[in-house]
Amino acid sequence: MQHTLDITKERCPMTMVKVKLKLSQIDDGEVLDVLLSEGEPLESVPRTAEEQGHRVEDIRKDGELYHVVIRK
Amino acid sequence: MIDFTESQLERYSRHILLDNVGVEGQQKLLNSKVMIIGAGGLGAPAAMYCAAAGIGKIGIVDADVVEVSNLQRQIIHFTADIGSPKVFSAKEKMQAINPDVEVESIKTFVNASNIEEIIDGYDFVIDGTDSFATKFLINDACVMKGIPFSHGGILRFNGQTMTVLPKESACYRCVFHKPPPKNMIPTCSEAGVLGAVAGMLGTIQAAEALKFITGAGDILADALLTFDALPMNFRKVNVQRNPKCAVCSEHPSITELRDEEQRECDLK
Repeated sequence: MQHTLDITKERCPMTMVKVKLKLSQIDDGEVLDVLLSEGEPLESVPRTAEEQGHRVEDIRKDGELYHVVIRK
Repeated sequence: MIDFTESQLERYSRHILLDNVGVEGQQKLLNSKVMIIGAGGLGAPAAMYCAAAGIGKIGIVDADVVEVSNLQRQIIHFTADIGSPKVFSAKEKMQAINPDVEVESIKTFVNASNIEEIIDGYDFVIDGTDSFATKFLINDACVMKGIPFSHGGILRFNGQTMTVLPKESACYRCVFHKPPPKNMIPTCSEAGVLGAVAGMLGTIQAAEALKFITGAGDILADALLTFDALPMNFRKVNVQRNPKCAVCSEHPSITELRDEEQRECDLK
């Protein structure tokens, strides 16, 4: 099952807090598609997700925004 | 599924960001119950940090009213609280810090006949008392009921603390056996204490409670931490269970709670 999360309205550190909460709510092996802005969120979300043992499967541009796809 | 309100997510964001706490750890804190015995120099900072951390239920017990001489170190009480029961003053501040927290305030002296009921149902106990008799009573009651607790003591510029996991790690009685004779250790009123030393030690006790509940790191089990704030030296000494301990050994000689004979400190 694919889960989605929009953190385009959040600012650091709530960006990561929201991602951590959502990742805690999904099952191992499931995928979370995070919609975020460039700059701090695009730098920190993939890095922190990997540090915490998740796999970043895709980062793709979508207009002004980005999708970061994380597998728990 | 774990969920938080937007306001909780913001309030606890710095905990949630920590790998050793995270979403699960914060949920554990919100579901936990901590009893703080003594709303004085140690209990004040311990209560404030437990409330700020979102401990679900905090019990606080103390028989005293706030006096002007308390305010040099008991930072949960304000000048306007002089004359009010300490437990009510403490409850008001904890709920002002964090309205999520449920506070049970009990205005009484802890003794052998009421301590079991007071600590019943709590996950962790913080000893913020200033008498050796009560410290041994808290130890014995927590060992008998199997409730982990943090021991703490301060005098002048010194502090000491250890965390006890009943029948797993050394208890207070394993290390100190029995209260010292009367007049051997000066009272707080004779010796004094630096206000910030109370804050240092009480804050370490709060950190131990939060670590125990979340499972983060290593607590001070089988370890006695002492410090001297004059040179600012900290020392951690390994201690171990006494196989002949009067209360936590396999064949304890103390099987019922009793109030030890010991002069209490005059100034709290």
